[in-house]
Amino acid sequence: MSLSAARPLDPWRWLGLTSLQCVVLTLLFAMPVRLLGLQAPEPVFAMVPAFAWAVIRPSIIAPFALLMIGAFTDILWGSPVGLWSLSLLVAYGTVLTMRNMLVGQSRPMMWAWFAVACAIAELAGFLFTRLDAQASPSLVAVFWQFLATILLYPFAHRLIDRFEDADVRFR
Amino acid sequence: MALRESPFGELKVPLALTAAVALLVAVVVAVALLLSDRRETFQAEAYGVTRQVGDAVAAPVSGAIAAPGRWGGMGLENLRGYFFAVGENRRLKAELKEARQWRDVALALRDTNERYKSLLGLKTEPPIPMVAARTVTDSRGPFANTRLANAGKEAGVKAGNPVMSENGLVGRIIGVTSGASRILLLTDVASRTPVMIDRTNARAILTGDGGPNPKLEYLRGQNPVKDGDRVLTSGDGGVLPRGLPVGTAVKGLDGRWRVVLASDAAPIDFVRVLLFQDFSQLANAKELDLMPTPPPSSGPANVGLVNPPPATKPAPVPAPMPAAKPPTQAAPAPSSTPKPAPTKPSTATGAKPAVARPATPKAVPPRRPATPTVAPPTQAPVASSPPADAEIPH
Repeated sequence: MSLSAARPLDPWRWLGLTSLQCVVLTLLFAMPVRLLGLQAPEPVFAMVPAFAWAVIRPSIIAPFALLMIGAFTDILWGSPVGLWSLSLLVAYGTVLTMRNMLVGQSRPMMWAWFAVACAIAELAGFLFTRLDAQASPSLVAVFWQFLATILLYPFAHRLIDRFEDADVRFR
Repeated sequence: MALRESPFGELKVPLALTAAVALLVAVVVAVALLLSDRRETFQAEAYGVTRQVGDAVAAPVSGAIAAPGRWGGMGLENLRGYFFAVGENRRLKAELKEARQWRDVALALRDTNERYKSLLGLKTEPPIPMVAARTVTDSRGPFANTRLANAGKEAGVKAGNPVMSENGLVGRIIGVTSGASRILLLTDVASRTPVMIDRTNARAILTGDGGPNPKLEYLRGQNPVKDGDRVLTSGDGGVLPRGLPVGTAVKGLDGRWRVVLASDAAPIDFVRVLLFQDFSQLANAKELDLMPTPPPSSGPANVGLVNPPPATKPAPVPAPMPAAKPPTQAAPAPSSTPKPAPTKPSTATGAKPAVARPATPKAVPPRRPATPTVAPPTQAPVASSPPADAEIPH
């Protein structure tokens, strides 16, 4: 852990910059590109901050940042506005309530918890879409997106590792 | 200043509570956003200003970001074309040979079609104008399958316009702004498209579910579809023109009939937006509702009424030959049996019926002496219909 990370948390550093990275990566992966005739996967990059921010510490700004990232994702992807905002907030809220249990666990265990959070977000998305469109999305398609998203855990781990001990009040 | 001396150092519990309240507020806002969103309607205002601004910004940004990838792909394609030119040449020659045979068949069929059309007096649909566009973003998740195309209002694109690639139907426009339009793909969970099976003419609704192969729902009849059947748009409902290629029917692993989309055969980088408008979009419903109701007093004015007052015309029934005469003069076939002829021209609108009709009464003259005698009286009320036609210009 670098010395700079030991400083008190600056919202821009742990919330603003991460949000920006999410937005850029989502935009990059929305390009209509095929590799060897196959479509590129579409992971939900916003799941990384949704999980990591809840583990690092409770925050007033974080839910609203997730709301904005979710709305951006919905507008870019063309899904109903609010779908991903709500799904991300459901996952964030769940992780936040389990925070005391999660903090300090090993990396493989945290990866498993990240997968659980992703599953909650996908399930929420599935249910909200079912209610909104009156039709069931394909479970296979949901599973592929879930699989692509849980592979992003190393980014979440890096974020947690960097900012977890930055605020001693929430150790 | 050390954290312990900070005035906010002891705010652990209140901050956690405030964070929970903030989460709750954010959830409420997200629910409100979700409930207020209506993306799948044809109403332009339902698309919302937020989405329009988002699309207008995203289209050029994504276009610029995707440009290096596009150039790289084109370079790779050129390289591949260079190295595989001989094999490609052989394949194209074989394809050309087959296509020439199909051309002869197509020309013959076109000629036959033209003749049938002129004989039947069919009014075919006018050619549909098109706009070419490039797709700049692509969402392919389970909850949204849309694309952003870089042609918008300025090109005449409207919500509801069908979108095609060079291989088949891709989807339809659900939102338009200046410089960009949003395409709802056939695979989207909100997509419903009326289709038909080319072989059996059976109708179905193509229903997207976020997967690559949308389902065929509401199929009717006994064995209406089998593996490999071509699926086309049916044109039912008037949203899409009839006969656009959609794909091929296959039995899915879940036992449902699904469609392998024709547009999946190649990347959907360039698309054509058909500026198609059906009658229901062209007609002005308000103007039609404003048609004045004719006064119920005079005779000819009863034309538009469902139940005309019977008191004004007590006995039009005995109206005999004079009433039936004018149509006979209008009949173009003055054969020996003049009676069947007038019935047709009186109801027909074009030149179509004069050809085949006179032959059938000739074939059965002895068996139908009674019907012509009955015909004039029945003609009498019908005879009031030509004046009705004559009244339309008023």
